Amino acid sequence: MSLIQSGTPTARVPATTEPAGPVTEAPRRRRLGRERPNWLAGVLSVIWLLLVLVPIYYMVNGSFRTRQDYLTDNPLRPPADPTLDNYESVFTGGFGRYFVNNIVVTVGTVAIVVALTVPAAYAVARNAEPLVQRGFSIMLIGLAVPAQATIIPVYLLINQLHLYDTLLAIILPTAAFALPVSLLVMTNSLRDIPNELYEAQTLDGAGAFGTLRHLVLPLAKPAITTVAVFTAMGAWNGFLFPLVLTQSADQRTLTVGLTTFQSQFGTNVPGLLAAVTLSLLPIFFVYLFGRRYLLSGLTAGFGK
Amino acid sequence: MAAQGRERPSGWYLTPALTFFGVFAVLPMVLVVYLSFTDWDGFGFPSPSGAGNWSRLVSDPEVRHSLGLTLVFMVLGWVVQTPIALLIGVWAAGRQRNRAVLSSIFFLPVLLSTAAIALLWHSVLDPNFGLTQQLPVLDRFNFLGDPSIVVYTVAWVLTWQFVPFHTLLYQSAARGIPVSIYEAATIDGAGRYRQFFRITLPLLRYTVITSTVLMLVGSVTTFDTILILTNGGPGTATRIAPLYMYQVGFSGFEFGYASTIAVVLLVLGAGLSLAVTRLTGFRAMTSQQEGL
Repeated sequence: MSLIQSGTPTARVPATTEPAGPVTEAPRRRRLGRERPNWLAGVLSVIWLLLVLVPIYYMVNGSFRTRQDYLTDNPLRPPADPTLDNYESVFTGGFGRYFVNNIVVTVGTVAIVVALTVPAAYAVARNAEPLVQRGFSIMLIGLAVPAQATIIPVYLLINQLHLYDTLLAIILPTAAFALPVSLLVMTNSLRDIPNELYEAQTLDGAGAFGTLRHLVLPLAKPAITTVAVFTAMGAWNGFLFPLVLTQSADQRTLTVGLTTFQSQFGTNVPGLLAAVTLSLLPIFFVYLFGRRYLLSGLTAGFGK
Repeated sequence: MAAQGRERPSGWYLTPALTFFGVFAVLPMVLVVYLSFTDWDGFGFPSPSGAGNWSRLVSDPEVRHSLGLTLVFMVLGWVVQTPIALLIGVWAAGRQRNRAVLSSIFFLPVLLSTAAIALLWHSVLDPNFGLTQQLPVLDRFNFLGDPSIVVYTVAWVLTWQFVPFHTLLYQSAARGIPVSIYEAATIDGAGRYRQFFRITLPLLRYTVITSTVLMLVGSVTTFDTILILTNGGPGTATRIAPLYMYQVGFSGFEFGYASTIAVVLLVLGAGLSLAVTRLTGFRAMTSQQEGL
């Protein structure tokens, strides 16, 4: 299929230069619309494609160049003799350690968020007590409070808890600020479970915990995936908490590591490009194989 | 209700999440108000200083400059990003194969971390070694060093960073619009242009609001991209208010005064999202397609 298809009634097409024109024969217009390519949309999308792709291509391409090559040749031309030296220097620069730290932070954050969210959402969905619902409202306020503006008190708090310069210092606030969206998504999904299924559990003599294990957990799997993806992306790509709450190279995560590469490598642009490319690879693989989960997880709680 | 039985979970199921959120998210919000009335150099304990920080805030020209700049980025960001995200999102909602393939590329920037994006663009725009220096026309500009250009440079990088996310919002909302409406409109003789303005846009109004709120709140609080890309420079040309807060705290070690700025930003962010949702009568829980 090609752009020709873009005029079908099912397509939600953006504004085009096509004048609305006087309405004459409805069936004729319909046929015309199907046959006429939506040129404006086509041209605009190609422009945007270039704007997105050129920097990314430049990054990947540049990461395989020698430094000399990078400085003398056109950076968009494929390297005459590709090299992996940049990737090697990234790894000798401590990348492996940062990578492992990133995994620890991401897994830790996701584990906390999922473990706290599932029972909490269960309570909110099935317990109408005012106290529970008020607790839910309090957490929803968190939706409107961005983490970056609270960076100073979080820093004070982590200091007072003697957690400064540990991975836990990154995990705890990252998890806390991922909770509101996660709880919202999870609660909505548990509310969709038919009342009859809950009642059947009661008739079977199951208590709340049994219901949580045998009914809620299995049925909440898609929501858990969404929450996990959303939280993992935030934790993996988080920058400010790691920057402010850790200091030593041992505890450094990837994103902060990238900025230290920038000063380490100085004018070694290909080295930096290799590091940035590497940092993106894990998420890129997830994207290749689970694009739908990843994209819907990203807008969790906002897209509907 | 018949099932008022033992299955109902007690409030304790919510307690761990609530406690955790209370300690690591609510407590900081309370603390920041307290800190705004103290002097604290980041070591030891904060010492109370009365309203000193607040009177300093009122007369600090840098606060005014940075807040003005924040407003510039807010307006610039909204005006540039909303139409692009809306158009691409609606376009990407089509089920055609070429659109699916292209939009999977369009969404690539959401995979990159802030740090990766800022560093990538830093090297693309570097006045000595950057990609733009190798290209005709573009090589005449110093995108990061020229104070009169750098605001637009930063706005562009933020656009590149955030448009895909908002595109996703619009795409999934546009996919929720029933095909039958478009079919009926086509039979009535409405062309693309009219279908977009009479059907798509009105039905996406709540998504426009959601996306707008996220952009507005984001622009008064998010600063990590600018921190890496320009660090507020050259001079203070791109030092938006949240970045000023960060620098006063973590570079100037005046955490008390920085907290004062933080309080202003938190109030601004919450106020903006409240104002937009109130003014537009938006309720998060109501369906977008009420009455269909």
